Amino acid sequence: MAELHVELVAADRKVWSGKASLVVARTSSGEIGIMPGHQPLLGVLASGPVTIRTTGEDQLGKDGTVIAAVHGGFISFADDKLSLLAEIAELSYEIDVERAERALDAAKADQDAAAERRADVRIRAVAVAR
Amino acid sequence: MGAQIRVYKRRIKSVSATKKITKAMEMIAASRIIKAQRKVAASTPYADELTSAVTAVAHGADVKHPLTTEVENPKRAAVLLITSDRGLAGGYSSNAIKAAEHLTSELTHDRKDVQTYVIGRKGVAYYNFRERQVEQTWTGFTDSPSYADAKAVAAPLIEALKQDTAEGGVDELHIVFTEFVSMMTQTPVERRMLPLSFEKTAEESAQVFMSDRVHALYEFEPSAEEVLDELLPRYVESRVYNALLQSAASEHAARRRAMKSATDNAEDLIKSLKRLANAARQADITQEISEIVGGASALADASAGSDR
Repeated sequence: MAELHVELVAADRKVWSGKASLVVARTSSGEIGIMPGHQPLLGVLASGPVTIRTTGEDQLGKDGTVIAAVHGGFISFADDKLSLLAEIAELSYEIDVERAERALDAAKADQDAAAERRADVRIRAVAVAR
Repeated sequence: MGAQIRVYKRRIKSVSATKKITKAMEMIAASRIIKAQRKVAASTPYADELTSAVTAVAHGADVKHPLTTEVENPKRAAVLLITSDRGLAGGYSSNAIKAAEHLTSELTHDRKDVQTYVIGRKGVAYYNFRERQVEQTWTGFTDSPSYADAKAVAAPLIEALKQDTAEGGVDELHIVFTEFVSMMTQTPVERRMLPLSFEKTAEESAQVFMSDRVHALYEFEPSAEEVLDELLPRYVESRVYNALLQSAASEHAARRRAMKSATDNAEDLIKSLKRLANAARQADITQEISEIVGGASALADASAGSDR
């Protein structure tokens, strides 16, 4: 079966890489699902959870699905190689929900829209993963 | 104890105190190089992917974007100089400053106005002392820069690039930083960041046509212009971030080397001072002995005379 080679990289580290059969991400004009053989694509990511359906040996995701919270960035796909570039990206199990909820409350109190969005994305990513 | 020895002893003590400090600094710098190198390595995948995305867009899309097209008559150029906050790193900062000066004079020669942006206390001090105008400065993070720092630096640069030249915007963006070649070699480099220069265009484009893989035909989501609009600021940020990290690694390497030679010099100094102190002590002893011997023989001579 054809596979995608996925690289999820944040500005300061490589977050995840491996093989996948389907990647669902949210671009600024809507959700997009990418499977092997997709047309070369370069898109702007919106903040939100990214779902990676893995194949074969995966190091981390237990049910073959890796969910990551991505805060803006790009998705680029060519030759069955998919790169997700984000300034900040975290895998769902790395996220501390309680801390994100506290951050969300604090951001709401401070009316800090950017921080509120970041915390919200984290909580949503964990919710999707469950 | 003779006065001479006391002076030598005091100097030995002070030199060995200095040696302890430089030795400690050397070891701290050495441990930080590894950390800084690891950070450079960790940031490479992002920079690589981003660069390949930018190249793909620039090659594949027929979009004229102010950030990718070269202005016919560039009037103003921004130069970003990265130096260190702290000294005691040998020629690290001054080499970077020298490179920036070289670039500035070249740009002025080409009739371009130069706007200087400086990172690091050493560079800021240099420009302040000469009362030269600096557009903006940042200090306090050259030891271990974070991505947020790079973002803060890149923001005004991107802003200036987007502005019209007539309204004070810039046409070109150059960066001067110290490239980390190896533990022993760090070289200051000047690079043009924007407009994107495709130095290897001829070879590369030939390769594109020869290989089976054709670049073009990317689908852009939502549109090529918007993707470029988003991509180029990120590109600048990641380049600045990479330059900051490399500079930090270079700074630590330069400091380690400077401190190593300081420690070695202190060791040499202590050795020669010890020799001098020993010689002085020996001279003192010799003198005392000859005084005693001389005194004794004088006494013997005197008593031999009275016996008679």
